Amino acid sequence: MTLEITATRRSFPGSAWVLIGRSMRHILRTPDALILSVVLPVAILLMFVYVFGGAIATGSEYVNYVVPGIILLTAGFGSALTATSVTADLTEGFIDRLRSMPVPSSAAVAGHVVASMARNLLVTAVVFGVAMAIGFRPVANLWQWLGVIGVIAFFVLAITWISVILGLLAKTVDAANGFAFFLVFLPYVSSAFVPTDTLPPFLRAIAENQPVTPIVETARGLLLGTPIGGHAVRALVWCAALLIIAVPVSAYLFRRRTAA
Amino acid sequence: MMVHNTMVDGLGPGHATGVVASGLSKRFGDQVALNEVDLTVPAGSMLALLGPNGAGKTTAVRILTTLLRPDAGAASVGGFDLTQPDRVRAVIGLTGQDTSVDGLLTGRENLIMIGRLRGLRLSAARSRAGELLEQFDLVGVAERVVKTYSGGLRRRLDLAASVVSTPAVLFLDEPTTGLDPRAREEMWKVIRRLMGRGTAVLLTTQYLEEADGLADRIAVIDEGRIIAEGSPEELKQQVGTERAQLTFATGEELEAARSLLDSPDLIVSEETRRLEMSLDGPWEFKAILDRLHQAGITPGGLRVVEPTLNDVFFSLTGSPRQDVEVVRP
Repeated sequence: MTLEITATRRSFPGSAWVLIGRSMRHILRTPDALILSVVLPVAILLMFVYVFGGAIATGSEYVNYVVPGIILLTAGFGSALTATSVTADLTEGFIDRLRSMPVPSSAAVAGHVVASMARNLLVTAVVFGVAMAIGFRPVANLWQWLGVIGVIAFFVLAITWISVILGLLAKTVDAANGFAFFLVFLPYVSSAFVPTDTLPPFLRAIAENQPVTPIVETARGLLLGTPIGGHAVRALVWCAALLIIAVPVSAYLFRRRTAA
Repeated sequence: MMVHNTMVDGLGPGHATGVVASGLSKRFGDQVALNEVDLTVPAGSMLALLGPNGAGKTTAVRILTTLLRPDAGAASVGGFDLTQPDRVRAVIGLTGQDTSVDGLLTGRENLIMIGRLRGLRLSAARSRAGELLEQFDLVGVAERVVKTYSGGLRRRLDLAASVVSTPAVLFLDEPTTGLDPRAREEMWKVIRRLMGRGTAVLLTTQYLEEADGLADRIAVIDEGRIIAEGSPEELKQQVGTERAQLTFATGEELEAARSLLDSPDLIVSEETRRLEMSLDGPWEFKAILDRLHQAGITPGGLRVVEPTLNDVFFSLTGSPRQDVEVVRP
Protein backbone atom coordinates (compact mmCIF):
# COMPACT_ATOMS: atom_id res chain seq x y z
CA MET A 1 0.00 0.00 0.00
CA THR A 2 1.29 3.42 -0.90
CA LEU A 3 0.23 6.53 0.89
CA GLU A 4 0.75 9.82 -0.74
CA ILE A 5 1.44 12.62 1.66
CA THR A 6 1.75 16.11 0.35
CA ALA A 7 4.74 18.00 1.59
CA THR A 8 3.00 21.33 1.61
CA ARG A 9 1.59 22.98 4.70
CA ARG A 10 -1.87 21.84 5.78
CA SER A 11 -4.57 24.49 5.63
CA PHE A 12 -5.74 26.13 8.83
CA PRO A 13 -9.44 25.19 8.37
CA GLY A 14 -8.57 21.58 7.56
CA SER A 15 -6.33 21.25 10.64
CA ALA A 16 -8.81 23.11 12.85
CA TRP A 17 -11.58 20.74 11.77
CA VAL A 18 -9.55 17.74 12.94
CA LEU A 19 -8.55 19.46 16.19
CA ILE A 20 -12.11 20.59 16.94
CA GLY A 21 -13.01 16.91 16.82
CA ARG A 22 -10.20 16.24 19.28
CA SER A 23 -11.40 18.93 21.73
CA MET A 24 -14.99 17.69 21.47
CA ARG A 25 -13.79 14.21 22.44
CA HIS A 26 -12.05 15.79 25.44
CA ILE A 27 -15.46 16.99 26.69
CA LEU A 28 -16.81 13.44 26.60
CA ARG A 29 -13.64 12.01 28.19
CA THR A 30 -13.73 14.40 31.16
CA PRO A 31 -17.28 13.87 32.44
CA ASP A 32 -16.22 15.03 35.90
CA ALA A 33 -15.45 18.52 34.54
CA LEU A 34 -18.72 18.55 32.62
CA ILE A 35 -20.72 17.49 35.66
CA LEU A 36 -18.94 20.00 37.89
CA SER A 37 -19.70 22.82 35.47
CA VAL A 38 -23.42 21.96 35.81
CA VAL A 39 -23.47 21.12 39.51
CA LEU A 40 -21.60 24.19 40.73
CA PRO A 41 -23.91 26.82 39.14
CA VAL A 42 -26.97 24.78 40.14
CA ALA A 43 -25.74 24.64 43.76
CA ILE A 44 -25.18 28.40 43.72
CA LEU A 45 -28.61 28.90 42.14
CA LEU A 46 -30.30 26.84 44.85
CA MET A 47 -28.35 28.61 47.58
CA PHE A 48 -29.28 32.06 46.32
CA VAL A 49 -32.92 31.19 45.74
CA TYR A 50 -33.58 29.29 48.97
CA VAL A 51 -31.02 30.71 51.43
CA PHE A 52 -30.29 34.35 50.54
CA GLY A 53 -33.15 35.06 48.15
CA GLY A 54 -35.75 35.75 50.81
CA ALA A 55 -33.63 38.58 52.20
CA ILE A 56 -32.88 40.24 48.85
CA ALA A 57 -35.57 42.66 47.68
CA THR A 58 -35.59 42.84 43.89
CA GLY A 59 -39.19 43.80 43.30
CA SER A 60 -40.07 40.43 41.79
CA GLU A 61 -39.70 36.69 42.46
CA TYR A 62 -36.01 36.34 43.31
CA VAL A 63 -35.65 33.16 41.22
CA ASN A 64 -36.63 35.20 38.15
CA TYR A 65 -34.17 37.91 39.09
CA VAL A 66 -31.18 35.63 39.71
CA VAL A 67 -31.36 33.09 36.86
CA PRO A 68 -29.87 35.35 34.15
CA GLY A 69 -26.93 36.00 36.50
CA ILE A 70 -26.50 32.30 37.23
CA ILE A 71 -26.43 31.64 33.49
CA LEU A 72 -23.50 34.06 33.09
CA LEU A 73 -21.77 32.54 36.09
CA THR A 74 -22.11 29.16 34.37
CA ALA A 75 -20.57 30.54 31.20
CA GLY A 76 -17.67 32.12 33.10
CA PHE A 77 -16.97 28.89 34.95
CA GLY A 78 -17.14 26.77 31.79
CA SER A 79 -14.93 29.09 29.78
CA ALA A 80 -12.27 29.01 32.47
CA LEU A 81 -11.63 25.37 31.58
CA THR A 82 -10.24 26.57 28.24
CA ALA A 83 -7.28 28.15 30.03
CA THR A 84 -6.19 24.83 31.52
CA SER A 85 -6.64 23.02 28.19
CA VAL A 86 -4.43 25.54 26.38
CA THR A 87 -1.72 25.40 29.07
CA ALA A 88 -1.79 21.60 29.09
CA ASP A 89 -1.25 21.48 25.31
CA LEU A 90 1.74 23.80 25.63
CA THR A 91 3.38 22.14 28.61
CA GLU A 92 2.66 18.48 27.85
CA GLY A 93 4.19 18.48 24.37
CA PHE A 94 1.08 18.38 22.20
CA ILE A 95 1.81 21.73 20.56
CA ASP A 96 5.41 20.62 19.94
CA ARG A 97 4.09 17.47 18.30
CA LEU A 98 2.03 19.66 15.95
CA ARG A 99 4.97 21.97 15.38
CA SER A 100 7.09 19.05 14.20
CA MET A 101 4.45 18.45 11.50
CA PRO A 102 3.44 20.74 8.62
CA VAL A 103 0.36 21.83 10.56
CA PRO A 104 -0.55 25.33 11.83
CA SER A 105 -0.31 24.53 15.54
CA SER A 106 -2.57 27.44 16.53
CA ALA A 107 -5.42 25.33 15.12
CA ALA A 108 -5.30 23.48 18.46
CA VAL A 109 -6.45 26.70 20.15
CA ALA A 110 -9.27 27.06 17.64
CA GLY A 111 -10.31 23.52 18.57
CA HIS A 112 -10.53 24.43 22.26
CA VAL A 113 -12.50 27.63 21.55
CA VAL A 114 -15.13 25.84 19.47
CA ALA A 115 -15.37 23.05 22.03
CA SER A 116 -15.82 25.65 24.78
CA MET A 117 -18.75 27.17 22.87
CA ALA A 118 -20.39 23.77 22.46
CA ARG A 119 -19.81 22.74 26.06
CA ASN A 120 -21.04 26.02 27.52
CA LEU A 121 -24.19 26.14 25.45
CA LEU A 122 -24.98 22.56 26.47
CA VAL A 123 -24.34 23.26 30.15
CA THR A 124 -26.32 26.50 29.97
CA ALA A 125 -29.32 24.63 28.54
CA VAL A 126 -29.18 22.17 31.45
CA VAL A 127 -29.00 24.99 34.01
CA PHE A 128 -31.97 26.69 32.32
CA GLY A 129 -33.85 23.43 32.69
CA VAL A 130 -33.14 23.22 36.42
CA ALA A 131 -34.16 26.87 36.82
CA MET A 132 -37.51 26.18 35.13
CA ALA A 133 -38.05 23.25 37.47
CA ILE A 134 -37.69 25.46 40.57
CA GLY A 135 -40.03 28.16 39.35
CA PHE A 136 -38.19 30.33 36.81
CA ARG A 137 -40.87 31.73 34.55
CA PRO A 138 -39.52 33.65 31.54
CA VAL A 139 -42.01 35.45 29.33
CA ALA A 140 -39.80 35.62 26.22
CA ASN A 141 -41.11 34.88 22.74
CA LEU A 142 -39.09 32.98 20.13
CA TRP A 143 -37.18 36.06 18.93
CA GLN A 144 -36.33 37.11 22.43
CA TRP A 145 -35.07 33.58 23.19
CA LEU A 146 -32.87 33.74 20.12
CA GLY A 147 -31.62 37.12 21.34
CA VAL A 148 -30.79 35.63 24.76
CA ILE A 149 -28.94 32.72 23.18
CA GLY A 150 -27.06 35.16 20.94
CA VAL A 151 -26.02 37.39 23.84
CA ILE A 152 -24.90 34.42 25.95
CA ALA A 153 -22.98 32.89 23.02
CA PHE A 154 -21.25 36.22 22.36
CA PHE A 155 -20.31 36.49 26.04
CA VAL A 156 -19.04 32.90 26.12
CA LEU A 157 -16.93 33.55 23.03
CA ALA A 158 -15.39 36.71 24.55
CA ILE A 159 -14.69 35.08 27.93
CA THR A 160 -13.28 31.98 26.22
CA TRP A 161 -10.73 34.12 24.38
CA ILE A 162 -9.80 35.88 27.62
CA SER A 163 -9.35 32.40 29.02
CA VAL A 164 -7.08 31.52 26.08
CA ILE A 165 -4.89 34.50 27.00
CA LEU A 166 -4.69 33.29 30.60
CA GLY A 167 -3.80 29.82 29.38
CA LEU A 168 -1.03 31.21 27.17
CA LEU A 169 0.37 33.26 30.06
CA ALA A 170 0.36 30.45 32.64
CA LYS A 171 3.48 28.33 32.97
CA THR A 172 1.70 25.39 34.59
CA VAL A 173 -1.80 23.90 34.44
CA ASP A 174 -2.32 24.73 38.12
CA ALA A 175 -1.43 28.36 37.49
CA ALA A 176 -3.87 28.47 34.57
CA ASN A 177 -6.56 27.13 36.85
CA GLY A 178 -5.79 29.85 39.39
CA PHE A 179 -5.70 32.67 36.80
CA ALA A 180 -9.02 31.61 35.36
CA PHE A 181 -10.67 31.68 38.75
CA PHE A 182 -11.21 35.41 38.61
CA LEU A 183 -13.49 34.93 35.60
CA VAL A 184 -15.75 32.99 37.93
CA PHE A 185 -15.88 35.92 40.35
CA LEU A 186 -16.71 38.59 37.81
CA PRO A 187 -20.48 38.08 38.06
CA TYR A 188 -20.53 38.56 41.86
CA VAL A 189 -19.72 42.25 41.60
CA SER A 190 -22.45 43.04 39.12
CA SER A 191 -26.24 43.21 38.99
CA ALA A 192 -26.30 39.41 38.62
CA PHE A 193 -27.34 38.68 42.22
CA VAL A 194 -28.38 42.01 43.73
CA PRO A 195 -29.56 45.32 42.22
CA THR A 196 -26.48 47.56 41.95
CA ASP A 197 -28.15 50.43 43.90
CA THR A 198 -27.86 48.25 47.03
CA LEU A 199 -24.05 48.20 46.78
CA PRO A 200 -21.69 50.67 48.52
CA PRO A 201 -20.59 53.47 46.12
CA PHE A 202 -17.14 52.00 45.35
CA LEU A 203 -18.45 48.53 44.43
CA ARG A 204 -21.40 50.08 42.68
CA ALA A 205 -19.04 51.98 40.38
CA ILE A 206 -17.27 48.74 39.52
CA ALA A 207 -20.51 46.82 39.07
CA GLU A 208 -22.03 49.38 36.74
CA ASN A 209 -18.94 49.61 34.57
CA GLN A 210 -18.04 45.97 34.03
CA PRO A 211 -19.31 43.78 31.18
CA VAL A 212 -21.43 41.39 33.21
CA THR A 213 -23.98 44.00 34.34
CA PRO A 214 -25.15 45.15 30.88
CA ILE A 215 -25.14 41.55 29.64
CA VAL A 216 -27.21 40.37 32.62
CA GLU A 217 -29.62 43.29 32.23
CA THR A 218 -30.00 42.55 28.53
CA ALA A 219 -30.67 38.85 29.14
CA ARG A 220 -33.06 39.73 31.99
CA GLY A 221 -34.93 42.22 29.83
CA LEU A 222 -35.31 39.73 26.98
CA LEU A 223 -36.40 36.90 29.27
CA LEU A 224 -38.61 38.76 31.74
CA GLY A 225 -39.61 41.97 30.01
CA THR A 226 -37.74 44.29 32.38
CA PRO A 227 -36.49 47.53 30.77
CA ILE A 228 -33.25 47.06 28.79
CA GLY A 229 -32.52 50.65 27.77
CA GLY A 230 -28.89 51.25 26.83
CA HIS A 231 -27.74 47.93 28.29
CA ALA A 232 -28.13 46.01 25.01
CA VAL A 233 -25.76 48.29 23.13
CA ARG A 234 -23.29 48.33 25.99
CA ALA A 235 -23.40 44.53 26.23
CA LEU A 236 -22.61 44.14 22.55
CA VAL A 237 -19.88 46.78 22.65
CA TRP A 238 -18.27 45.10 25.68
CA CYS A 239 -18.22 41.66 24.05
CA ALA A 240 -17.00 43.01 20.73
CA ALA A 241 -14.29 45.06 22.42
CA LEU A 242 -13.10 42.09 24.49
CA LEU A 243 -12.91 39.97 21.33
CA ILE A 244 -11.17 42.63 19.26
CA ILE A 245 -8.49 42.87 21.94
CA ALA A 246 -8.28 39.23 23.03
CA VAL A 247 -7.93 37.54 19.65
CA PRO A 248 -4.85 39.49 18.46
CA VAL A 249 -3.31 39.34 21.94
CA SER A 250 -3.79 35.56 21.94
CA ALA A 251 -2.24 35.31 18.49
CA TYR A 252 0.74 37.37 19.66
CA LEU A 253 1.19 35.35 22.86
CA PHE A 254 0.88 32.08 20.97
CA ARG A 255 3.57 33.11 18.51
CA ARG A 256 5.81 34.23 21.34
CA ARG A 257 5.25 31.04 23.34
CA THR A 258 6.00 28.84 20.31
CA ALA A 259 8.73 30.97 18.73
CA ALA A 260 11.44 28.88 17.10
CA MET B 1 4.48 22.41 -6.14
CA MET B 2 3.39 19.11 -4.63
CA VAL B 3 6.18 16.91 -3.41
CA HIS B 4 5.27 13.32 -2.78
CA ASN B 5 6.87 11.25 -0.12
CA THR B 6 6.11 7.71 -1.04
CA MET B 7 5.83 5.24 1.75
CA VAL B 8 7.70 2.05 1.10
CA ASP B 9 9.97 2.50 -1.86
CA GLY B 10 11.55 5.70 -0.66
CA LEU B 11 11.36 7.93 -3.70
CA GLY B 12 10.95 11.15 -1.77
CA PRO B 13 13.68 13.74 -2.05
CA GLY B 14 14.63 13.27 1.58
CA HIS B 15 15.47 9.61 1.36
CA ALA B 16 18.65 10.23 -0.53
CA THR B 17 20.06 12.73 1.91
CA GLY B 18 19.28 12.26 5.60
CA VAL B 19 20.78 15.06 7.69
CA VAL B 20 23.68 17.35 6.90
CA ALA B 21 24.30 20.05 9.51
CA SER B 22 27.22 22.41 9.83
CA GLY B 23 28.22 25.00 12.40
CA LEU B 24 25.00 24.83 14.43
CA SER B 25 25.24 27.17 17.41
CA LYS B 26 22.70 28.19 20.00
CA ARG B 27 22.90 30.11 23.24
CA PHE B 28 20.28 30.77 25.89
CA GLY B 29 21.25 33.99 27.63
CA ASP B 30 24.91 33.56 28.49
CA GLN B 31 24.62 29.77 28.47
CA VAL B 32 26.12 28.18 25.35
CA ALA B 33 23.87 25.25 24.47
CA LEU B 34 25.43 24.32 21.13
CA ASN B 35 28.82 25.37 19.82
CA GLU B 36 29.65 24.88 16.11
CA VAL B 37 28.11 21.45 15.82
CA ASP B 38 28.54 19.49 12.56
CA LEU B 39 26.50 16.33 12.00
CA THR B 40 25.87 14.00 9.09
CA VAL B 41 23.35 11.16 9.02
CA PRO B 42 23.23 9.32 5.68
CA ALA B 43 19.94 7.77 4.55
CA GLY B 44 19.29 4.35 6.05
CA SER B 45 21.82 4.79 8.83
CA MET B 46 21.75 5.79 12.47
CA LEU B 47 23.81 8.38 14.26
CA ALA B 48 23.76 8.28 18.04
CA LEU B 49 24.32 11.58 19.80
CA LEU B 50 25.78 10.48 23.11
CA GLY B 51 26.19 12.75 26.10
CA PRO B 52 25.13 13.55 29.66
CA ASN B 53 22.12 15.62 30.69
CA GLY B 54 22.51 19.22 29.61
CA ALA B 55 25.15 18.46 26.97
CA GLY B 56 23.01 19.93 24.17
CA LYS B 57 21.44 16.78 22.74
CA THR B 58 17.85 17.97 22.97
CA THR B 59 18.79 21.44 21.70
CA ALA B 60 20.32 19.84 18.60
CA VAL B 61 17.19 17.77 18.02
CA ARG B 62 14.91 20.76 18.54
CA ILE B 63 16.87 22.76 15.98
CA LEU B 64 16.92 19.98 13.39
CA THR B 65 13.16 19.42 13.82
CA THR B 66 12.44 23.17 13.29
CA LEU B 67 11.20 23.69 16.85
CA LEU B 68 14.08 26.01 17.62
CA ARG B 69 16.00 28.39 15.37
CA PRO B 70 19.80 28.20 15.52
CA ASP B 71 21.78 31.40 16.19
CA ALA B 72 24.28 30.32 13.54
CA GLY B 73 24.86 27.43 11.18
CA ALA B 74 22.78 25.67 8.56
CA ALA B 75 21.31 22.25 8.02
CA SER B 76 19.52 20.25 5.42
CA VAL B 77 17.07 17.67 6.74
CA GLY B 78 15.47 15.16 4.39
CA GLY B 79 16.69 17.20 1.44
CA PHE B 80 15.22 20.49 2.62
CA ASP B 81 16.91 23.44 4.25
CA LEU B 82 15.83 24.42 7.78
CA THR B 83 14.76 27.76 6.33
CA GLN B 84 11.82 25.89 4.75
CA PRO B 85 10.34 24.53 7.97
CA ASP B 86 7.10 23.22 6.46
CA ARG B 87 9.04 21.18 3.88
CA VAL B 88 11.25 19.75 6.61
CA ARG B 89 8.25 18.98 8.84
CA ALA B 90 6.58 17.02 6.07
CA VAL B 91 9.45 14.52 5.86
CA ILE B 92 10.48 14.07 9.51
CA GLY B 93 9.18 12.19 12.52
CA LEU B 94 9.98 13.15 16.11
CA THR B 95 9.66 11.06 19.24
CA GLY B 96 11.08 12.87 22.16
CA GLN B 97 10.97 14.05 25.68
CA ASP B 98 9.12 17.16 24.56
CA THR B 99 6.49 15.77 22.24
CA SER B 100 3.53 13.73 23.19
CA VAL B 101 0.34 12.15 22.06
CA ASP B 102 -3.05 13.09 23.49
CA GLY B 103 -3.74 11.41 26.83
CA LEU B 104 -7.51 11.80 26.59
CA LEU B 105 -7.82 10.07 23.22
CA THR B 106 -7.45 6.34 22.62
CA GLY B 107 -4.38 4.98 20.86
CA ARG B 108 -6.36 4.49 17.66
CA GLU B 109 -7.90 7.97 17.80
CA ASN B 110 -4.45 9.51 18.24
CA LEU B 111 -3.09 7.78 15.15
CA ILE B 112 -6.14 8.66 13.06
CA MET B 113 -5.87 12.29 14.18
CA ILE B 114 -2.18 12.46 13.23
CA GLY B 115 -2.92 10.84 9.85
CA ARG B 116 -5.64 13.37 9.12
CA LEU B 117 -3.42 16.26 10.21
CA ARG B 118 -0.78 14.87 7.85
CA GLY B 119 -3.32 15.18 5.05
CA LEU B 120 -4.80 11.68 4.75
CA ARG B 121 -8.51 11.25 4.08
CA LEU B 122 -10.46 9.71 6.97
CA SER B 123 -10.60 6.26 5.36
CA ALA B 124 -6.86 6.26 4.61
CA ALA B 125 -6.05 7.56 8.09
CA ARG B 126 -8.15 4.74 9.60
CA SER B 127 -6.45 2.00 7.65
CA ARG B 128 -2.99 3.46 8.33
CA ALA B 129 -3.81 3.59 12.07
CA GLY B 130 -4.87 -0.06 11.89
CA GLU B 131 -1.59 -1.03 10.22
CA LEU B 132 0.51 0.82 12.78
CA LEU B 133 -1.38 -0.60 15.76
CA GLU B 134 -0.64 -4.08 14.45
CA GLN B 135 2.97 -3.30 13.58
CA PHE B 136 3.66 -1.83 17.01
CA ASP B 137 1.77 -4.56 18.83
CA LEU B 138 -0.80 -2.13 20.23
CA VAL B 139 -4.01 -3.75 18.95
CA GLY B 140 -4.95 -4.97 22.44
CA VAL B 141 -4.89 -1.47 23.90
CA ALA B 142 -6.03 0.43 20.81
CA GLU B 143 -9.40 1.43 22.27
CA ARG B 144 -8.00 2.45 25.66
CA VAL B 145 -7.46 6.08 26.60
CA VAL B 146 -3.72 6.81 26.42
CA LYS B 147 -3.41 8.18 29.97
CA THR B 148 -4.04 4.64 31.20
CA TYR B 149 -1.02 3.32 29.22
CA SER B 150 2.22 2.19 30.84
CA GLY B 151 5.39 4.09 29.97
CA GLY B 152 6.40 1.45 27.45
CA LEU B 153 3.04 1.43 25.67
CA ARG B 154 3.02 5.18 25.53
CA ARG B 155 6.49 5.36 24.04
CA ARG B 156 5.50 2.81 21.43
CA LEU B 157 2.41 4.80 20.49
CA ASP B 158 4.52 7.93 20.43
CA LEU B 159 6.87 6.26 17.97
CA ALA B 160 3.95 4.99 15.87
CA ALA B 161 2.62 8.56 15.73
CA SER B 162 6.00 9.73 14.42
CA VAL B 163 5.93 7.31 11.50
CA VAL B 164 2.32 7.70 10.32
CA SER B 165 3.84 8.95 7.09
CA THR B 166 7.15 7.08 6.74
CA PRO B 167 9.69 9.75 7.57
CA ALA B 168 12.87 10.39 5.61
CA VAL B 169 14.50 11.32 8.90
CA LEU B 170 13.40 10.06 12.30
CA PHE B 171 14.52 11.85 15.46
CA LEU B 172 14.50 9.85 18.68
CA ASP B 173 15.23 11.97 21.73
CA GLU B 174 16.07 9.50 24.53
CA PRO B 175 13.25 7.25 23.38
CA THR B 176 13.92 4.40 25.78
CA THR B 177 14.26 6.38 29.00
CA GLY B 178 12.12 4.65 31.61
CA LEU B 179 11.47 1.54 29.52
CA ASP B 180 12.01 -1.98 30.76
CA PRO B 181 14.44 -4.13 28.74
CA ARG B 182 11.70 -6.02 26.91
CA ALA B 183 9.92 -2.82 25.81
CA ARG B 184 13.26 -1.39 24.76
CA GLU B 185 14.02 -4.42 22.61
CA GLU B 186 10.59 -4.18 20.95
CA MET B 187 11.21 -0.56 20.18
CA TRP B 188 14.57 -1.25 18.55
CA LYS B 189 13.03 -3.92 16.33
CA VAL B 190 10.65 -1.35 14.88
CA ILE B 191 13.39 1.22 14.42
CA ARG B 192 15.63 -1.25 12.60
CA ARG B 193 12.78 -2.05 10.23
CA LEU B 194 12.37 1.65 9.41
CA MET B 195 16.08 2.00 8.76
CA GLY B 196 15.80 -0.91 6.34
CA ARG B 197 13.41 1.22 4.32
CA GLY B 198 15.90 4.03 4.01
CA THR B 199 14.95 6.21 6.97
CA ALA B 200 17.87 8.09 8.51
CA VAL B 201 17.73 8.00 12.31
CA LEU B 202 19.22 10.46 14.77
CA LEU B 203 19.12 9.03 18.27
CA THR B 204 20.11 10.79 21.48
CA THR B 205 21.04 8.73 24.48
CA GLN B 206 22.98 8.69 27.73
CA TYR B 207 23.82 5.01 27.37
CA LEU B 208 26.97 3.96 25.56
CA GLU B 209 25.66 0.40 25.30
CA GLU B 210 22.54 1.59 23.49
CA ALA B 211 24.52 3.67 21.02
CA ASP B 212 26.99 0.82 20.60
CA GLY B 213 24.45 -1.82 19.72
CA LEU B 214 22.44 0.14 17.18
CA ALA B 215 24.23 3.10 15.71
CA ASP B 216 26.43 3.14 12.65
CA ARG B 217 28.21 6.14 14.03
CA ILE B 218 28.40 7.82 17.43
CA ALA B 219 28.99 11.50 18.10
CA VAL B 220 29.91 12.31 21.69
CA ILE B 221 28.61 15.69 22.81
CA ASP B 222 29.67 17.60 25.90
CA GLU B 223 28.92 21.18 26.88
CA GLY B 224 27.47 21.88 23.45
CA ARG B 225 30.40 20.56 21.42
CA ILE B 226 31.06 17.36 19.55
CA ILE B 227 34.19 16.04 21.28
CA ALA B 228 34.52 12.77 19.38
CA GLU B 229 32.94 11.07 16.42
CA GLY B 230 33.36 7.67 14.85
CA SER B 231 32.04 4.17 14.53
CA PRO B 232 31.36 2.43 17.84
CA GLU B 233 34.57 0.41 17.37
CA GLU B 234 36.70 3.49 16.73
CA LEU B 235 35.22 5.23 19.71
CA LYS B 236 35.71 2.32 22.06
CA GLN B 237 39.34 2.09 21.01
CA GLN B 238 39.74 5.72 22.02
CA VAL B 239 37.94 5.12 25.26
CA GLY B 240 39.84 2.06 26.25
CA THR B 241 38.52 -1.39 26.73
CA GLU B 242 37.03 -3.47 29.48
CA ARG B 243 38.60 -3.39 32.89
CA ALA B 244 39.34 -6.33 35.18
CA GLN B 245 38.20 -6.04 38.79
CA LEU B 246 39.72 -8.36 41.39
CA THR B 247 38.70 -8.52 45.03
CA PHE B 248 40.89 -10.10 47.72
CA ALA B 249 40.08 -11.61 51.09
CA THR B 250 42.96 -9.98 53.01
CA GLY B 251 45.03 -6.82 52.86
CA GLU B 252 48.24 -8.89 52.50
CA GLU B 253 46.94 -10.63 49.37
CA LEU B 254 45.92 -7.26 47.91
CA GLU B 255 49.44 -5.90 48.57
CA ALA B 256 51.07 -8.96 47.02
CA ALA B 257 48.85 -8.72 43.94
CA ARG B 258 49.58 -5.02 43.61
CA SER B 259 53.36 -5.48 43.53
CA LEU B 260 53.05 -8.50 41.24
CA LEU B 261 50.80 -6.85 38.63
CA ASP B 262 52.36 -3.40 38.85
CA SER B 263 51.00 -1.45 35.87
CA PRO B 264 50.51 2.30 35.26
CA ASP B 265 46.71 2.28 35.22
CA LEU B 266 46.27 0.10 38.28
CA ILE B 267 43.65 1.42 40.67
CA VAL B 268 43.74 0.04 44.20
CA SER B 269 41.09 0.51 46.83
CA GLU B 270 42.27 -0.48 50.32
CA GLU B 271 38.82 -0.26 51.87
CA THR B 272 37.13 -2.72 49.55
CA ARG B 273 40.41 -4.64 48.96
CA ARG B 274 39.72 -4.23 45.24
CA LEU B 275 42.17 -3.90 42.40
CA GLU B 276 41.25 -2.66 38.92
CA MET B 277 43.19 -2.50 35.64
CA SER B 278 42.43 -2.15 31.93
CA LEU B 279 42.32 -5.25 29.78
CA ASP B 280 43.70 -5.62 26.30
CA GLY B 281 41.42 -8.43 25.19
CA PRO B 282 40.27 -11.58 27.00
CA TRP B 283 43.68 -13.29 27.02
CA GLU B 284 45.17 -10.60 29.14
CA PHE B 285 42.63 -11.49 31.82
CA LYS B 286 43.89 -15.07 31.59
CA ALA B 287 47.52 -13.88 31.81
CA ILE B 288 46.74 -11.92 34.98
CA LEU B 289 45.05 -14.91 36.56
CA ASP B 290 47.98 -17.17 35.55
CA ARG B 291 50.47 -14.88 37.24
CA LEU B 292 48.37 -14.72 40.40
CA HIS B 293 48.01 -18.52 40.32
CA GLN B 294 51.79 -19.01 40.03
CA ALA B 295 52.34 -16.66 42.95
CA GLY B 296 49.76 -18.58 44.99
CA ILE B 297 47.34 -15.65 45.38
CA THR B 298 43.64 -16.47 45.02
CA PRO B 299 41.29 -13.55 44.33
CA GLY B 300 37.96 -13.78 46.14
CA GLY B 301 35.97 -12.09 43.36
CA LEU B 302 36.39 -11.56 39.60
CA ARG B 303 34.56 -9.11 37.37
CA VAL B 304 34.99 -7.65 33.90
CA VAL B 305 33.61 -4.11 33.76
CA GLU B 306 32.47 -2.60 30.42
CA PRO B 307 33.50 0.98 29.71
CA THR B 308 30.75 3.34 30.79
CA LEU B 309 29.83 6.78 29.58
CA ASN B 310 31.79 7.99 32.58
CA ASP B 311 34.91 6.33 31.14
CA VAL B 312 34.21 7.87 27.73
CA PHE B 313 34.27 11.29 29.30
CA PHE B 314 37.22 10.45 31.44
CA SER B 315 39.17 9.45 28.39
CA LEU B 316 37.98 12.26 26.10
CA THR B 317 38.06 15.19 28.47
CA GLY B 318 40.70 13.95 30.88
CA SER B 319 38.52 14.62 33.89
CA PRO B 320 35.92 12.42 35.50
CA ARG B 321 32.49 13.98 35.51
CA GLN B 322 30.46 13.60 38.65
CA ASP B 323 27.17 14.46 37.00
CA VAL B 324 27.28 11.72 34.40
CA GLU B 325 24.84 8.93 35.00
CA VAL B 326 26.45 5.55 34.80
CA VAL B 327 23.20 3.63 34.82
CA ARG B 328 23.10 0.77 32.36
CA PRO B 329 20.03 0.19 30.24
